[in-house]
Amino acid sequence: MNMNKALIYGLLLSILMVIAPHADHLPLWVSTLCIVLLTWRVYLTRTGNPLPKHWLLLAITFVSVGGILVEFHTLFGREVGVTLLILLTTLKFMELRGPRDAMVLVYLACFIIITNFFYSQSIPTALYMLATLLAIATAWVHLHGQSIPLVPRLRIASVLLLQSIPLMLVLFVLFPRVHGPLWGLPQDAFASSGLDDKMAPGSFTRLSLSEEVAFRVSYTGQPPLREQMYWRGPVLWEFDGRTWTQGTTFAPAAPQFTDTAQPIDYSVTLEPHNKTWLFALDVPDRLSLPADLTYDFRILRKEPVKARLRYEARSHLVYRANLHEAGRQLRRALQLPPSFNPRARELAAGWRVGGADGAAVVRAALAHFSRQNFRYTLEPPPLGLHSVDEFLFETRQGFCEHYASSFVFLMRAAHIPARVVTGYQGGEYNELGNYYIVRQSDAHAWVEVWLDQQGWVRIDPTAAIAPARVERGLSAAVTDAAALPFMARNPPQWMRNLRLNWDTLANQWNQWVLGYDTERQFAFLTRLGMESVTWQKMALNMMAGVGLIIALFALFMLRHLLKRQPDKVQAAWLKLCRRLAKAGLPRAAHEGAQDYAARVATARPELADAMRDLAARYMSLRYCHAQNSEEAQREFIRRIAQLPACKIPQ
Amino acid sequence: MLTALQQRFRTWLFRPKIESGTVTLTQRRIFILPTRQGLALGFVLVLMLLGDINYNLSLGYVLTFLLATMAVMSMLHAFRNIAHLEVRAGHADAVFSGGTARFVLYFHNHGKLPRYRLILHDEHGNKVSFDMPAQQDSEVAFPVPAVRRGWLSLGKLTLHTEFPLGLFHAWSYLHFDVRCLVYPRPLANAPLPPGDAPDGVGRRSVAGDDDFSGLRNYVAGDALPRIAWKAFAREQGLQVKQFSAQVGEELRLDMADAPDRNDEDKLARMTRWVLDAEAQGLRYSLRLPDGELPAGNGAAHRDECLRRIALFNLSDPSFDKLRTNGLQSWHVQETVRGELVEP
Repeated sequence: MNMNKALIYGLLLSILMVIAPHADHLPLWVSTLCIVLLTWRVYLTRTGNPLPKHWLLLAITFVSVGGILVEFHTLFGREVGVTLLILLTTLKFMELRGPRDAMVLVYLACFIIITNFFYSQSIPTALYMLATLLAIATAWVHLHGQSIPLVPRLRIASVLLLQSIPLMLVLFVLFPRVHGPLWGLPQDAFASSGLDDKMAPGSFTRLSLSEEVAFRVSYTGQPPLREQMYWRGPVLWEFDGRTWTQGTTFAPAAPQFTDTAQPIDYSVTLEPHNKTWLFALDVPDRLSLPADLTYDFRILRKEPVKARLRYEARSHLVYRANLHEAGRQLRRALQLPPSFNPRARELAAGWRVGGADGAAVVRAALAHFSRQNFRYTLEPPPLGLHSVDEFLFETRQGFCEHYASSFVFLMRAAHIPARVVTGYQGGEYNELGNYYIVRQSDAHAWVEVWLDQQGWVRIDPTAAIAPARVERGLSAAVTDAAALPFMARNPPQWMRNLRLNWDTLANQWNQWVLGYDTERQFAFLTRLGMESVTWQKMALNMMAGVGLIIALFALFMLRHLLKRQPDKVQAAWLKLCRRLAKAGLPRAAHEGAQDYAARVATARPELADAMRDLAARYMSLRYCHAQNSEEAQREFIRRIAQLPACKIPQ
Repeated sequence: MLTALQQRFRTWLFRPKIESGTVTLTQRRIFILPTRQGLALGFVLVLMLLGDINYNLSLGYVLTFLLATMAVMSMLHAFRNIAHLEVRAGHADAVFSGGTARFVLYFHNHGKLPRYRLILHDEHGNKVSFDMPAQQDSEVAFPVPAVRRGWLSLGKLTLHTEFPLGLFHAWSYLHFDVRCLVYPRPLANAPLPPGDAPDGVGRRSVAGDDDFSGLRNYVAGDALPRIAWKAFAREQGLQVKQFSAQVGEELRLDMADAPDRNDEDKLARMTRWVLDAEAQGLRYSLRLPDGELPAGNGAAHRDECLRRIALFNLSDPSFDKLRTNGLQSWHVQETVRGELVEP
């Protein structure tokens, strides 16, 4: 069977639509090769030239698979799998000859759609999926009915798609969810963007430009003040002169919190970041998930977070942490790389002169920052070898990591145990959904110092220079806000609202569609009124629901097939017969129109002409195809209606 | 394996029953099974579902379920595409052996829904595919190659559709009692036997023959239109109307005059003779070992002659039945109408 050109273009559109979202993570040469192949195919189809020979396609296949092997060093794994699938689908398109090839392509296209969900499952992705599915279904219908023009084809495909939605919803809600994974997730599951477990100059400025959501928080009661919203992430202990890292320690003791007050309950929906840590307000007390609380108050999971994760937590905003810190940890918190930053050491030593206590030194350091005309900027000048010295005494321009880093350096130089804490600070309140959105641009670094009688105390040197950062957020604090992405600056109110509305929608989507797991399913079904939810019950309900919906659709679809179009002419004639029957002239079962008309004419001479005329018209309309026209039918019906009512009772 | 299953299903479910008149494809007559592509889709969907579970892809579930339901809905669509059609068998014009018999079937779609890509096929691989607009009659000619002279029965037809997605095969059987008369293939070149009169005398105009001259008793093989049904109704037995033409010289076409060895070749030659004689406007009579036709001329005479030749020495069950059962096989479709087209 020949494939018509429109069908090939329809399939081409489907393939393009499924491949397009992958364009930004495919190797460039693969995308280019796909485009070249598809263009070639369009050229061949337009000109009607024969398709490339098998050996040529085989050669291209081998070479490109070799290329993938060189690029990825393996043929297994998800990334490679997706690339191979796309490449082979494109090559299959080059040898699309018959309906069987077309069906294979349709199935491959559906499969490629699903691979896109590894990268995104947002609302736009879902809408795009529907559009793609419509394109595929249209081509699919075309494949099995090549004579159908575009518009009916589209209509059939959309009807099919729309009819499928109710049944899909039943299946989605009731199909028992299994706690995955069935087999191991590949290591290359997610590229991470977000906080890292080390900090170098520049690492936070990069984050500050990202509008991506890190997590969303909803508080059960009154939310804390903005300046209390410190979401703790990695804690950095070790400094090599440029980069802060977590370092390692042995057998650390569990943390001890005393004098806690101001408990606050909240739930966090964390976007996958491919790291093991979770975020909680200082200091966490209770968590709904199995996780460890480390000696430096971080929360760690066993496995990296590869899927959106929801958890409830409780924190105390007022606390004393580790009043009796282990000596080994205090010594770690004092270590500095030797022979770096002599001027900073000198400055710190100066504060200690006269036997000032820790708290006084901290005050002095903060005063130094606020007096010395420091600037909070997104584009600090690059720093050299003695990064702290250069920052403190020369450039005086920096972002939170510069302040945190130099502050800890100064503290350690003044023999006060200190460490860098990274995480997020603040967030954007969404009135509509009553939750806070914490974005990557809210990433922040601050400091903790250990003081006698007080334990670990949070100090935010950034707040000393730019208090607005903590109180109102990044865009209010930086001096060069123009460098921020548009939406992070100060967009007009309506745009802000639009963004918040959209985020509310996205949040609902995340919670109810993407986050629809075993727990949600049980909770939802219980709320719907299903008592003691079990898998068996769900499966039973699912089958019943599916059966019911199919039966309803079958009934609906076949009902109007069974319904015959009533014949207007016959209906009018039968009505006339009924009227005459009431007048005492019933038509006998065996009587045809002509005989009946003749009998009526004899019995009621005043009707003779009209009856003869009507009978003649009736016969010509019913039995003579050539004379049957809309106009003639209307005339016949009009004449019956005009029969004098006084003579025949209505 | 699927076809074997289908075969068994077919023999188990379908009792061969020859029908006449209008057949409506009701639910009970329609069968539906997934195609190989449908089963392949099922396999693909299972793979997809495993992926969804493993990677916890909620949108993946949505897509998988959407595709699955589309497949289920396509089953209803396939069923609807074929359901409640009315089918009636029409005539089939006689053809020469070697040509293609076209059995006309009338389909009526009284619903508001156009039907797409219906395929009619028989057990010998003949098939025809067609679409049917809404609320219309469609005439479908089903082609069957005519290989032997005599009656060619249409046999059992299958009407099927895989529209819209090719995942389900909905079908229904149609077994109409129709047949087509197949004349022997005329020899390419066979001069007419010498006539009783010199050339030109036997020639006469084609028009104005077919004058009714009387009745004679029915002989097996007589054309149905020639049967005097009114006489039969008057209980005068089966009689055949005879038409005589005006006087003139006649050409005698006798099977014994054919120089060929076997009967089939002789019949082929005689077919050629009849066609040529008719084309030349001659009056000709036909003589076969089992009977003879008086001289005549015109399309009806030609068709009658060809019919005798086509059916020579063939047993004809339905005509025997006609004779023993009287008029019970009324519906047997008459086939000798219209213009002949030589292969």
